[in-house]
Amino acid sequence: MARISMRVDGMKVTDDVEPRTLLVQYLREGLGKTGTVIGCDTSNCGACTVHLDGDSVKSCNVLAVQADGCEVTTIEGLADTVEGDLHPVQEAFRECHGLQCGFCTPGMIMQSVDLLKRNPQPSEDEIREGIEGNLCRCTGYHNIVRAVQYASGHLATAANPRGATEEVDAL
Amino acid sequence: MIPASFDYVAPTTVEEALAALAQYGDEAKIIAGGQSLLPVLRMRLNAPEWVIDLGRIDSLKGVRDEGDSILIGAMTRHCDVATDPLVAEHAALVARATATVADEQVRHRGTFGGALAHADPAGDLGAPALALDAEFVIAGPGGERVVPGSEFFQGLFETAVSEDELLVGVRIPKHTGWTAHYEKFVRVAHQWPICAVGATLKVSGGVIEGAAIGLTNMGATPLRAAGVEQALVGQQATEEVVRNAAALAADGAEPPSDLNGDADYRRHLVTVLTRRAITKALGG
Repeated sequence: MARISMRVDGMKVTDDVEPRTLLVQYLREGLGKTGTVIGCDTSNCGACTVHLDGDSVKSCNVLAVQADGCEVTTIEGLADTVEGDLHPVQEAFRECHGLQCGFCTPGMIMQSVDLLKRNPQPSEDEIREGIEGNLCRCTGYHNIVRAVQYASGHLATAANPRGATEEVDAL
Repeated sequence: MIPASFDYVAPTTVEEALAALAQYGDEAKIIAGGQSLLPVLRMRLNAPEWVIDLGRIDSLKGVRDEGDSILIGAMTRHCDVATDPLVAEHAALVARATATVADEQVRHRGTFGGALAHADPAGDLGAPALALDAEFVIAGPGGERVVPGSEFFQGLFETAVSEDELLVGVRIPKHTGWTAHYEKFVRVAHQWPICAVGATLKVSGGVIEGAAIGLTNMGATPLRAAGVEQALVGQQATEEVVRNAAALAADGAEPPSDLNGDADYRRHLVTVLTRRAITKALGG
């Protein structure tokens, strides 16, 4: 077993894990954060995307021990828990119905937040390329792309563009 | 699926990593960014007793100016290579190719040295490194040695790095002012290329003074299209010159046949991609 410590959605956690434990497995089974889902066995689908020290990663393709000392943000940590407000990208996916079955949605939203942080005003092509690591088998991507465009527009005009430009404190 | 059980060590210096390799030898696998290794472990295609993680060795991260060349640390992430100003200025082809590796999430974890040491023939970085005359810095029990690209890639997933050694960096002679393009042909987004071509050129007064062309997935190792390069250098950068040169791209190559395309298909495809890569590198 290996001792790991990290901050997940603002909460400091310390655990003993087997070195082979995947980050996604630790999040779901160790911490009960089942909002992050496992969609494939090949690291193709991106459904398990979380932010590791501010960068989007596929949490099925990172060992929990590799995330020792890091800051992890999952889909469950995006919304404002005090005010109860959804993150603007979550709001956009709801507004534009950027989903059908919803299984890819946590990963889609986490990758879209990452994309908009780097490129707040992406073109349609840049959105499609930016989420190329996330597969959706229902929508044909159209409403997902619209949702990212909607979020981009709203983040640009929002007085307090929470999340898309916010950096969480280091551990 | 989850990997079979293994023990884990995360050294913080190259010396510690080499000591761990010496101790655990062929029972160990090195993990860099893990974007190729972890799927393999999860599918139980490999089950090492030990995993040695290079992720905590800060000295292997980053790009350094060394005068006539730049040195890319083996543990520099793809996303950092793709946006690095030294790479953009002196090895534009590497920047272009790196920006096309897999997808953004993978580029946030995968590393330059990890991808090259993995030596997947469909990997995007071998051909640019070879074309730019990169030298591979390998650390081992006896110190460091430097291997040219022509000797580094030895076969399918095989390199000059021995079991007791580590790839610590890649030195690339400066190609300042060379334009570049990496033309990649994929079946679906974020997959490995069926075939890809990296072209980088130095053009002055309409004359091609230098040309370096690397081919991805046209054999067991990355290839350099020497015939294409020779047909370009010293010539005016015209459409006809480019078309005639690109037609030579498959000469000497023995591409694989697989579900994505047979060898003849790749031989044709590489000439098309070479023409496009050169044309785009010329600004067309």
